Amino acid sequence: MTSNVLTGDEAASPMLSAFKQVAPIVMGYLPVGAAYGVLAQQAGLSMLNTVLMSILVYAGSAQLIAVALFAVGVSPLSIIATTFVVNLRHLLMSASLAPNLKTWKKWELALFAYQVTDESFAVHSTRFARGDLNKTTCFGINYIAQASWAVASFAGFMAGSSIPDVEPLGIDYALPAMFIALLVMQTKNKLHILVAGFTGFVSIALVQAGADQWSVIIATVVGATFGAGVETWARK
Amino acid sequence: MGQEIIFLTILGMLAVTYIPRMLPLVALASKRLPEPVIRWLSFVPVAVLSAMLFPSLLLKDAAFNFSSENYFLWAAIPAFLLAWRIRSFFGTVALGMGLVAAGRYFFG
Repeated sequence: MTSNVLTGDEAASPMLSAFKQVAPIVMGYLPVGAAYGVLAQQAGLSMLNTVLMSILVYAGSAQLIAVALFAVGVSPLSIIATTFVVNLRHLLMSASLAPNLKTWKKWELALFAYQVTDESFAVHSTRFARGDLNKTTCFGINYIAQASWAVASFAGFMAGSSIPDVEPLGIDYALPAMFIALLVMQTKNKLHILVAGFTGFVSIALVQAGADQWSVIIATVVGATFGAGVETWARK
Repeated sequence: MGQEIIFLTILGMLAVTYIPRMLPLVALASKRLPEPVIRWLSFVPVAVLSAMLFPSLLLKDAAFNFSSENYFLWAAIPAFLLAWRIRSFFGTVALGMGLVAAGRYFFG
């Protein structure tokens, strides 16, 4: 099955369109969510807390980091501070989506913001760029994605340490592969290619310098500023 | 650590995760942003995706990994080409996962 993201299928039905566009997110969330569930169980979280974190916080890498910190008994305040830093990149994602959603009511925006993740952001910014602003599709994608994440967390918790290895199937590559597709779809001219390469380089340098938790947000700010700067300079 | 403390920590995580996700959308969506800000924001998707993706392809334990066992990197090349040619999520994800699985199956 191939759903063509450039033309989209939203003409057929908003919910059908949501199902098609959310499928790659779900494929990525199932193994990662299950891994989170396993680790949460081993870190001593109750089943309720494990699933509640997926429902209330809903942030993959922050949840995995948090259970690792719970396991070694780090203080709650440090865990919350780490979560803040790790998820601060979503500030930029929300800001970047905002100009597309002028006509939405405030409560709809507040509801939508709850489910801004790396993956949903990437899918929505690709959709918005081609003019697909259908609200039903927006929320359909968000709720199906989060439901799959919560269900996977629960399944991982139940499976505990006996979860089968996902590596032989290459399932751990679902999210990187999806980012590749989304990056290509966001790349519309030579300047975008330059910005992608430059930001990737900055991000790698920051990780190597040990700025793990800050690397994504700093590299994004530097990369977007570089792009806007080159564009301004080229116009003169 | 008790489950009540863990639950309270989760509520704290909720606050520090939700507020940065919500504030820009609620505060900025109805505003007419200055043109330079719009232009800056237009580079955020490409920048943030690259910032997340490239270290995961090229680094292992913060060091460059160009070894033949870095399936994430080698699978990325055909995945990029396919994504560029057919512009499909699903095809790209399937090809990428298939190549990583095949690499592990045939070369350990």
